[in-house]
Parts: sequence; C-alpha cells; structure tokens
Amino acid sequence: MRNLSRREFLVSSAISGGALVIAFHIPRRVEAMLLAAGKKAPALPPPNAFLRIGADDSVTIILAHSEMGQSVWTTLPMLVAEELECDWTKIRVENAPAAPPYFHTGFGAQMTGGSSTTWSEFDRYRQVGAMAREMLVRAAAQKWKTDPKKLKVDKGVIVNGTERLSFGSVAEAAQALPPPTQVTLKAPSEWKVIGKPTRRLDTPAKITGKAEFGIDVKFPGLRTALVARAPVFGGTVKSFDASKAKAVPGVEQVVQVPSGVAVVASHFFAAQEGREALEVQWDLGPGREVDTTRLLASYRDLAQKPGAVALDKGNADAALGKAAKRLVAEYEFPYLAHAMMEPLNCTVKLDKERCEIWTGTQFQTGDQMAAAKITGLKPEQVSIHTTFLGGGFGRRANPNSDFVSEAVQVAKASGVPVKVVWTREDDMHGGYYRPMYVHRVETGLDGKGHPVAWKHTIVGQSILAGTPFAAMIKNQIDETSVEGVVDSPYLDPIAAKKVMLHTPQGLVPVLWWRSVGNTHTAFAMECMVDELAHAAGKDPLAFRRALLAGKPRHLKLLDLVAEKGGWGKPAPAGVGRGLAVHASFGSIVAQLAEVRVDKDKRIRVQRVVCAVDCGTAVNPLSLEAQVQGAIAYGLGPTLSSALTIKDGEVQQGNFHDYKVLRMNEMPKVEVHIVPSTAKMGGIGEPATAPINAAVANAVFALTGQRLRSLPLTLA
Amino acid sequence: MKLVVNEKEVEVDPPDGMPLLWVLRDLLGLTGTKFGCGAAQCGACTVHLDGEAARSCVTPVAAVGKRKVTTIEGLSPDGSHPVQRAWAEVDVVQCGYCQSGQIMAAAALLAANPSPSDADIDATLSGNLCRCGAYQRIREAVHRAAGLRAQR
Repeated sequence: MRNLSRREFLVSSAISGGALVIAFHIPRRVEAMLLAAGKKAPALPPPNAFLRIGADDSVTIILAHSEMGQSVWTTLPMLVAEELECDWTKIRVENAPAAPPYFHTGFGAQMTGGSSTTWSEFDRYRQVGAMAREMLVRAAAQKWKTDPKKLKVDKGVIVNGTERLSFGSVAEAAQALPPPTQVTLKAPSEWKVIGKPTRRLDTPAKITGKAEFGIDVKFPGLRTALVARAPVFGGTVKSFDASKAKAVPGVEQVVQVPSGVAVVASHFFAAQEGREALEVQWDLGPGREVDTTRLLASYRDLAQKPGAVALDKGNADAALGKAAKRLVAEYEFPYLAHAMMEPLNCTVKLDKERCEIWTGTQFQTGDQMAAAKITGLKPEQVSIHTTFLGGGFGRRANPNSDFVSEAVQVAKASGVPVKVVWTREDDMHGGYYRPMYVHRVETGLDGKGHPVAWKHTIVGQSILAGTPFAAMIKNQIDETSVEGVVDSPYLDPIAAKKVMLHTPQGLVPVLWWRSVGNTHTAFAMECMVDELAHAAGKDPLAFRRALLAGKPRHLKLLDLVAEKGGWGKPAPAGVGRGLAVHASFGSIVAQLAEVRVDKDKRIRVQRVVCAVDCGTAVNPLSLEAQVQGAIAYGLGPTLSSALTIKDGEVQQGNFHDYKVLRMNEMPKVEVHIVPSTAKMGGIGEPATAPINAAVANAVFALTGQRLRSLPLTLA
Repeated sequence: MKLVVNEKEVEVDPPDGMPLLWVLRDLLGLTGTKFGCGAAQCGACTVHLDGEAARSCVTPVAAVGKRKVTTIEGLSPDGSHPVQRAWAEVDVVQCGYCQSGQIMAAAALLAANPSPSDADIDATLSGNLCRCGAYQRIREAVHRAAGLRAQR
C-alpha cells in the first residue's frame, strides 16, 4: 500500500459528456533552482486532467512531457494501462497545456529532458491508472449492488460473473464518487504491460503525414516570417532598407525585433525572397573577433594552468612526481550543432488578453514565462500548444527561450498571427551549441602498472551560466562541465586525484546536447583508461575490470559486450575492436565497437555491441530504438560533425558541410538490455556518451594511432 | 497553373521560382512533405514525380509539367502501402519528421528494384537523413516491405 503524498491529493471534476476525469491537484511548487534565481512560480490554474474516460469507452491520456522521438507518447500510456487494465486500442493521447499540474515531478517545471520522463512519471502515471480503475470498479459495484472486491477488470470491461459493464458505461457514475486517498500499485511480478515490447501509438500519424509538427501549424490569417539575424553573435541592427523586400510579391511587413529584422509574408517562399532582398547594416561588435582556431589555442593554454577545483583527494602532483610511468594527453572537442530534422520554428497569435503559442518545445514553463514577460501578460494568459517535435536533443529546451521569445516579438511588432520559420542555415548559425572543450589529463602508473595519480583539467564554457539554472553553479563548478569525470568509478581506486575546471566566458551561446557533459567526459575518461592499459601492458578489458572491481553493474555490462563481441578472440583481418563503459542519467552503458579503415583513410564503424542497465525497462522495443539512435547521434561527431567559426561567422550552414551520420555509415548495433532491479535511470542519452571513445579505442587497436581530437581523423 | 497532385487536378498560382515543396505545403496545405534543408541535402521533402523520387525543395514547380505528383498523403488511402505497413510492423519511427521522405524514397526504390540488397538500400536512402538514427530499422523495414509487396 502506498500512501499518496499531500501534494498528490486527488481532485476529480466533471467535464462534458459524462466522463471520468482523474487529476492530481499539485499545490504551487517551485523548482529549487528557479527559487534560487528569484523566480516566482506561475499562478495555479484550475486542476488539469491526466486521464479522461469517455462514455464511448475512449481512454485519453494527457502527456506532461513532449514527444520528440523518445516514445513517451507510448511509454506513459503503458504506465496508465498497466494499472487501469483498459483496452489498449481505445487509448488516445494528447499533449498537456502549459500549467503547474504538469510540472516535472523531480524538476518542478514543465520540461522534457535529462532522460528523465519515464523514471520521473513511473509512479504518477501508474497512480492515475490505479485510481481510475478503483473508481470505475466502485461505480460498477454500486450499480450491481455488490462488493467491489468481487469484480474483475478485463481490457476496459468490468466483469461480475457473466455480467459485464464497459468503462464508458460507468464513467459518469464513477465521476460522482469520492476519489481514493490511497492506491495499491501492482508488484512487478503482476505486470502485464510494463516490460512488454510495445509498438508506438504515434506511428499511424507519422507514416501518413498526418502528425502535426510545429512547422505544420496552419489556421486562417496565419503569416510566415523569416528573420534576418546578425552574421555574428551579439551583433545588432544598425539600420535597414526594406524597400526591395517589400516589393517582393507576398511580403506584407518588415519589422525590427531585438534579434534582427523580420520579413512577414503570406507564405514561406515570399518571406525567404523578401529576406534575400532586404538590406541590413549590422553593428557587429566584438562577435566579429570570434575564431575557433584561436579559441582552441587559448583553451590549450588554459588547460596547463590551475583552475577551479572540482575534486581534490590525496596529492595528485606529488603522486605524479613519484609515478613509475607518466602519461599526458589532451582531448579536444569542437562546438556541435543539434541539427534536428525539423528546423526551429514557432507560431504565435497575440491579442490584448491572450498569447497563444504553437511549437515543439521541451520547456513549456520557461517559454511561458518568457512570453509573459515580453507581452506583459500573466503566465496563465499564455497558452502553449505543444506539437510533435521533429527532434529535440536539448536544443528545444532553451532556458533563454530564444526561438519562442523571438516569435512572440515578431507577433508583437507585426500585429498579426505569425509562424517564424528558421531555414537550415538559420538553425545552424543560431548558436546554442554543445560547447567546445579541451581536456588535459595527466596520469601516473606505479611499477606494477596500477594507476596511482590522476590530474584532470577541463576547459569550456558553462551551459548553466546566465540562465535561471545558474544557481546550481557552486564554487565556480558547473556540474554539466565535469559530470562523468568527478563521479567516474575509475577514480575510486586511485588515491591521488585532482579535477579542475576553467570556465572561459564566450560570445558563442551554448546549450545541452544529447548526453550533455558526458559527450566529452566519457571520451576523455575512456580513452585515457585505454591509454593506461596499453602503457601498463595489460589487456584493456582486464585493466578496466581491475579498476571497476567494486562495481558489479559495470562489470556485468563489460563482460557481456566482451562476450558478444568476441573480445579476446582474434578480430578478422582489417578490423579493430574498442571498449568503453560509462554511467550517465542513472543508467550504465557498455559498448564494443568494431571499425575498419577505408582506402581513403575514412573510419568505418561496422558493428557496435551495446549493453545497458537502466533498471526496469518499461518498453524494450522503444528502448532498443533509443540506444540505436543515441549511438547514431554520437557517431556524427565521432566521424565528421564539427562547427567552426572564423571572423565571427559560423563556417557551416547545411548538411553538406555539417556532416551527420547517413544510412551508409550506420553500423549494425546489437542492443542487450540487462534485467535489473536497480533504481530506474534514463535511456534517451546514456548510449550517446561512450560511443566516440569505443570507436577511438578500436581505431587505436587497428592502426596504432591514438586519436584524441574529435571528429576522429587518421593521419 | 495546373498540377496533378495525389491523382487530383489542382489549380495553383505560385510566384515565379517557387519550389514544389512550398506549393504543396503553403498553397495546397499538404504538410506531410517536410522542409529540412532547402538544398536537397536531407531528403525530408521527397515526393514522387510519375513514381520517381524527387526532392521537392529544389524542384521549381514550373518544372513539374505534366508529371503526376504523389505525396505521403497520396501514397495510399489509409496507410496500407507495403512500405507503410512494414514501417508500422518494425516500429521504425521516432520523432517522425523525416519519415514521409524516407517512406516515399523507399517506395520509389522498391518500385524500381523489388528486392534490394542492403547496399542498394544504403545507396538510395543515404540521401535521406534521420537525426533520431532509425537507420537500422529503416533498412529492416525496406526488406520487410519488399516481402509484403511480393505477397500481393
């Protein structure tokens, strides 16, 4: 029996059509980070439903999280269905409005990120299902004048011997009953839905072109706008001449907004032609000086100097001095664009009383507050219609709400409902990249080949600085810069260790990118451990196993990929194998990569064996897809993606020069999900983290070349 | 200007140079065909012209002529084209944004090559990006669709 906490006390309220509505009424609750930043929580709206059961037996589940490919559109309904015992084919799914009842149970704001949806909703959505089931059963029992305990539920039908009542037929009666104050959730041994590979509920819409993404929003009177933005970061409009732009058929208005000049037109093509014809004089400011080659050189210099201390145990410098063998390596990482398939866009309809926003966002609460600030409306006067997201990867969870704020500004300046669409080049040039980083790692082995010293210096911009989450930065340490190093289990058996961080400020806007800090820390840790193994003359698997001796979950995964991947047996001619294991977002992932090298020296990843321990696997079918996809996403930067800046201008614009993984480069990925009773972790991101290291270590095994800079390029 | 889109004749009045993509999306309201790059780099805008795959983002509508345009909305009346069925069975989609283009490219491939090898699939579909990285299941689903077509 699990008692509902006070904040989860149930309210139920009628809606039209004789439906049962289950809602958790969550009193005002503010995320600690927002509190610390001095932000007030938006006012509480009327209670909102998570579940509606219609008289027609339909079961409508309202999602507090955004569907961006990770399959929460199916996983969260599975949690409800497990307890509700409804007919799976009767399930409909809707996106929630932006409102406090839908705040993330752990983060206190409505948002989708951090690979957290399933674990954070595991109790809430099951409780919703259990409550509804109990109320429906009690309603049926009253009708039959029998004891509810004697009734059974089978696929949306309540059964009393030979008598049957569908959920829909008792939904209205159930609505009138007092809600339960506590529910008993099923024991794992009783699960019928959780753990069962389940096909996605959004597939029919997505294979017929009917799924509505933000860019597809249409209604009478809606215009399309493109914004001319400064060619360098931080640049501003000095002056502009709109006469030629306005001469383009279909262009209706040209308006200045804080981020540039918007061309508002009857359709995309006219807006694009109008923007081409627009003449803008820019005040470039210091942004014109940004140059990633120079920046990298300055980061390398910084990496040699002491920084803010993130971890300090023993005396790393002294231990390095006494070590029998010392290794020094620098690992380098470029800026990365998220490059979601659907370019950024946002639709806004604004009047004196309301601001309506349609967009694919991962951060409804932040966007709502940003729109309220710009319009002078209260947050509850700003409604957000979340659409399907054509990919997110972090870019659509911007604490600065850039693409939403700008669209609100364009609507405000133009006075018409408008959809601001970014071209691929706009999206690529728009900033909010995975930061550039340099890691300098100095390590020492004793005479027996045991690591005895680890000194690690990281250089890179802070993702949290300047956002409402900046209060999380403690003692100059942004956790997102050092996660994956300071908590690495490899450091546990090493007595002398020091991790330092330099956080240079920069004009290039940065943001979280699938697996965040682990995109670079996993590479530095796993490559250095591999280097140490070779320096110690030990097998890389055995060397890792020794360091991870007290970590049975890590060991199990490593052993599994080693076994499935044929570690220890000779690789076929021309094939190299590499290992990596990394924990992030509460889950652990081990990978064995097999690589070849083409005649033109291109690295080909032909196979990846991947083992994951994420605790309970709610939907193994979508979990496998997430792992395959996370590896594909990470292989882009492993093999080719890099964003560079010269004279302030981003040098890449489209997929011909910002290269991402294509189908001919996709390895065969084998996913092994380890049965686990560990606390549930996330799965959207963790498999991205180790892949670049697994590949680099395989390239070393094959070629003897230790590649320490991404993307990996053979000499 | 007259066009035949999904077996219906439609009259449109596009400005000079307008790509077919924006005629479909903005003038005809057929938003299943997606904008991804505007430069034939990603394949999200793939449609059929007389059954052959074409990148609508770089196809001026004036160049379509009498060729019949088929979009994802017209591939089948109810999502029952073998490629769509295979996509559902293999649970291919993730965010789904690229999938209209993937499905149209795969359907054109199978029409020309009823039994493609992995290499054939890679050669054709490498022009269709999927940032969710659903490539492995796309490949599997193309093979399954080939099987479903053969059974018809």
